[in-house]
Amino acid sequence: MIDVKNLSKSFGNHLVLDNISEHIHPGEKVVIIGPSGSGKSTFLRCLNLMELPSSGTITFNGTEITDPKTNIDLIRKQMGMVFQHFNLFPNMTIRKNITLAPVRTGLMTQAEADAQALQLLRRVGLEQKADAYPAQLSGGQKQRIAIVRALAMNPKVMLFDEPTSALDPEMVGEVLSVMKELAHDGMTMVVVTHEMGFAREVGSRVLFMDEGKILEQGSPEQIFGSPTNPRLQDFLSKVL
Amino acid sequence: MELYLQWKELMREGIGLPFWQEAYVKFYQAFIEADRWKQYLEGVGSTLLVTVSALILGVLLGVLVAVVRSAHDQQRPGRHNPILGVCNGICKVYVTVIRGTPMLVQLLIMGFVIFKSSRNYTGIGILTLGINSGAYVAEIIRGGLMSLDPGQAEAGRSLGLNYIDTMRFIVIPQAFRSILPSLGNEFITLLKDTALIYTIGGKELVYAAQAVASRTYEQMFPLVGSALIYLSLVMLFTYLQSILERRLRQSDRR
Repeated sequence: MIDVKNLSKSFGNHLVLDNISEHIHPGEKVVIIGPSGSGKSTFLRCLNLMELPSSGTITFNGTEITDPKTNIDLIRKQMGMVFQHFNLFPNMTIRKNITLAPVRTGLMTQAEADAQALQLLRRVGLEQKADAYPAQLSGGQKQRIAIVRALAMNPKVMLFDEPTSALDPEMVGEVLSVMKELAHDGMTMVVVTHEMGFAREVGSRVLFMDEGKILEQGSPEQIFGSPTNPRLQDFLSKVL
Repeated sequence: MELYLQWKELMREGIGLPFWQEAYVKFYQAFIEADRWKQYLEGVGSTLLVTVSALILGVLLGVLVAVVRSAHDQQRPGRHNPILGVCNGICKVYVTVIRGTPMLVQLLIMGFVIFKSSRNYTGIGILTLGINSGAYVAEIIRGGLMSLDPGQAEAGRSLGLNYIDTMRFIVIPQAFRSILPSLGNEFITLLKDTALIYTIGGKELVYAAQAVASRTYEQMFPLVGSALIYLSLVMLFTYLQSILERRLRQSDRR
C-alpha cells in the first residue's frame, strides 16, 4: 500500500533518516517505537509529505508521491493524520472542524458531511460536543475529535504521530480505546508511540528505530519477548 | 460677540488687556470669526478621507505583498515557480525602498517629480501614503501569518485542503486577531502622517490651520487647536480599536 524505497532525510547537515526501505501492507497496524530523536516522527511525516524527503521514493497505491508532478492534495485526502498536539482549528466549532475538509475538497455536500460527523462523533461518545469549540474540551476529547476529523475524509490509511504524548495520563486510555476500535475495524494504521502496551496489544508489526535506521522489526511477541538488537534491549529495559 | 468686538477694538488701540481677555479675542479670531471652524472641519474631513483611502490602498497592497512573499517562502524545495520568484523580488525591493526612505522625501518626490503637473494634491497624498503604508502593512500581515502555530496549516494540508483553502479558512482568520492591534496602530500613524501632505499642497487640517494663521497673523491658536483635534481623533480611534478587540476576544472562546 505504501512503499518506501531508500528514503533519506536530512535537516542541514544532520541526517535524520538514513536510507530506509519499508513496505506497509493494507490492513497492517505498524507501530514505530524508539528513543527521542530517532527519526520515527520524521519517517511518519514523510509518508504524506509533511516533510519532503531529501532522497528516495514513496509510492502510495501505485502513485509515486515523491514525484513533484503528483498532486499531493489528492493523496493526502486518502491519508488521515493525527498530531501530537491535536491541531484542531480553534476558530471553528467541532462540527465545522470535522466537515470543513470533506466539503471543501468536494467529497460530500455539507448535509452529508454533517450527518457523517454526527455519526462519527457518536462513535467516540462526543456527539453532544458538536457545537462546542476546541477550547471547551479536555485534551483527550480534543484528540478523539482530531481522529474523527481525519476519519471524516474516509482515508485508506491513518498516520498517528505520538497521539497520546501530550495528554494527561488519565486521558490516554480514552484515546487508545478509540484507536483500538479503529484497528479492529480493519483500518491500516501507522502509529508512532511511546505506549508499549498499545504496541503489544494492537500492533501487527513493530519497528524499532534509532539514529535514522530501522534496527529491528517483527511481531510484538518477537520485539518485546526476545529482542536481539542490543540497543533495542537497552531501550526496552528503560521503558518497560 | 459684543465682548469680542469691544476687546478687539481695545487691542487695536494698543491698550494692554488682561491675559484671559486677549486669549479670548485670539481664540475667537482663530475659530469663530468668519465661520473659520468650517475650514478646520473641512480639513478634518479631508484628513480622514486621506487616512481611510490610504489605509484601504495600504491593506490591499500589503495583503498582496504578504501573500506573495509567504507563498514564495513556503514553496516545496526544488519546485520553485519562476513567476513567483520574480514577484517576490519585486515585493522585496518595494518593501526595502519604502521602509528605507523618509516618508517626507517620498511625498516630495511624488508631488514635485513624478506628478509634477498634477494639481490633485489630495489624490497624490492618498497614493503616496497608501503605497507607504502598504509596505508596513505587508510586514505586519506577514508577521501575523508567521506567528501562527505551523501545526494549524499542517493539519489543514494533511486533510487534503489546498494551500489557498488552508489560508482562507484556517490561517488568515486566526492571524487576523494578532494582526488587528498592529493594524490599528498603523491607522493611527497614518492619520498623523497625513499632516505631511501639507508640504505638497494637500488641503487637510494643517493646511486649514495655516490658512487661518496667515489671515490673523496669529499662529498659536490655530496650531495648538489642530494638535488638539489630531489628539482627540487619535484618542477616539484608540477607544474604538479597544472595543473591537474586546468584541473579538469575547467571540473567541479559546
